[in-house]
Amino acid sequence: MADLTLGSTSPAERPAPSRRRVQNVNAPLWRNAIFVAPYLVFFVLLLIVPLFWGMWMSLHKADAFSTGRFVGLANYTRLFNDRIFLQAIGNTFYFVLLTVPALALIGLLLALALNRQTRTAAVLRTVFFASSVLSVTIVTLIWRIVFVPGFGLLSTVYGWFGATAPAFLSDPKLVMIAIAIATIWWCVGLPMMLFLSALQQIPGDIYEAAALDNAGRWRTFRSITFPSIKRTFVLVVVIQIVLQFQLFGQARLMTNGGPNNVSTPLVLYIYDAAFKRWDLGLGAAASEVLFALILVAAMIQYLVSRRKGEDA
Amino acid sequence: MSTMTSPSAQTGAGPSGMVGRSTGDRVILALTIAMAVVMMAPLVWVVALSLKDNKELMASMNAVFHAPYTLQNYLNILTTSSVFRWILNSLIVSGGVTLGTLVLCSLAGYGFARLNFPFRNVLFVIVLIGLAIPEQAVLIARHQLFSWLKLHNTYPGLILPWLSAPFGVFLMTQYFRAIPKELDEAALLDNASRFKIFWKVLLPLTVPAQATLGIFTFLSVWNDYFWPLISGTKKEMYTLTVGIASTQTNFAQSEGLGFLMSQAVFASAPILILYLFFQKYIVTAVSGAAVR
Repeated sequence: MADLTLGSTSPAERPAPSRRRVQNVNAPLWRNAIFVAPYLVFFVLLLIVPLFWGMWMSLHKADAFSTGRFVGLANYTRLFNDRIFLQAIGNTFYFVLLTVPALALIGLLLALALNRQTRTAAVLRTVFFASSVLSVTIVTLIWRIVFVPGFGLLSTVYGWFGATAPAFLSDPKLVMIAIAIATIWWCVGLPMMLFLSALQQIPGDIYEAAALDNAGRWRTFRSITFPSIKRTFVLVVVIQIVLQFQLFGQARLMTNGGPNNVSTPLVLYIYDAAFKRWDLGLGAAASEVLFALILVAAMIQYLVSRRKGEDA
Repeated sequence: MSTMTSPSAQTGAGPSGMVGRSTGDRVILALTIAMAVVMMAPLVWVVALSLKDNKELMASMNAVFHAPYTLQNYLNILTTSSVFRWILNSLIVSGGVTLGTLVLCSLAGYGFARLNFPFRNVLFVIVLIGLAIPEQAVLIARHQLFSWLKLHNTYPGLILPWLSAPFGVFLMTQYFRAIPKELDEAALLDNASRFKIFWKVLLPLTVPAQATLGIFTFLSVWNDYFWPLISGTKKEMYTLTVGIASTQTNFAQSEGLGFLMSQAVFASAPILILYLFFQKYIVTAVSGAAVR
């Protein structure tokens, strides 16, 4: 574009410099890469190299000091013969099942309830998102002090009614649920905000038409609201699956995987293998399995968000 | 509850605005408020505990619900806690990462959006694919690499890994692409250098994106737990998350419970206050990053 205007205004006067400039704009020049080079150095050294190095390590008997002897797929066979690893995968899926539907539904209900321009609604939105800015350490500290037997909030509340609170952090049937409750409390703000911004994009006149037709609350939701935010719903679910799959801090700090590994998720297994037992090869193999699982979810997210972009 | 009955000016944006104040509306609002109370209860519990003397708590937890309350636990922080050191560490690390990310990603975003160089599109696609790489897939190798470079328990060791995150490059490239090209072309005609165009003409226009990326980066690093846990293992290199976590182990016996809670409240207060002031930016940044 630039060369045309430039060429026609002053073709005779300064042909050489304008030529050069034309090249600057359009031609692929190595020196133009200088702007992206600094980032790419970090990208390659700290992301791409470790990624492939990790894959390489998963084929070796590696410890803290060296990438040892090549063992082929032995780490992977070891992994899939390890009852605790299989249990960790099961635990992770169980946790995703406990949290993701709840997060999506509660987030949607809150968004529907708070999608109005009143002071109260604004304050409530602030409250429901506030926990999202806390770190996992604070969240688990708060929830341990709620669940802990004897002096926890739940124990105290149960005590008023002369009852004893169930042992949320030591009963094998309850630990995952306790971790899920803390997680939902921590994470519900994001789904709510995503749904809110989707709801605000629905044009108001559709609702006016529905009100004229005397459509009820449920009818309006089913035939107007939900179809308009269906994509956001799928997106929220996929984002949360990817996020909750990486459960680590809550499990480590609330139960440390116990009792008897019933609350050990995949990432905690990786952490224990690599940084507690320093069996780096095994840990690397386990993280490749996690990587594969997350890639599938990320692929779905990409497809969903791209379809959304094309529509807009 | 009183705000509910106050005649607030409804502009009628949402579906409920159309219907007006029906009974169903009030029920929904009441339920939501009840849920907010439940949501706040654990926080209030922690703050209340932090205001109690330990001997009283040992006698009965119901002491939480009546006076006397004391600030002694908070005063004890000043003299006995390492929390200041941890906050300082977290500030250095989060600040360093944020600054580095803004510089690297602005440069790269401009480069990918505006300049042509060999393999540009291929490189950009590779960076985008990098978005899908979870931290856990690179952690172990990164940890070994940093061991060899003797970077563990140093500030660069805590800062550098974050600078490889592709999200900021993606965000800034999108933003630079949205700026009309005529601006650069006009500047090019004035014989401005590429860097001058970037610095003087385009960068000032990207302030909103810088704010989004900066807040999101700062918050993510401030709250990160995994990398500092395995890299900053010396007590004086703990970040706030790891430091607070390290105090949690000894709390089965309720000794010093109030002190522990006061430390937690003290540690989370700054970020909550920032949240109250910059709520809009934080929400935009976090949800923007989630959808990407």
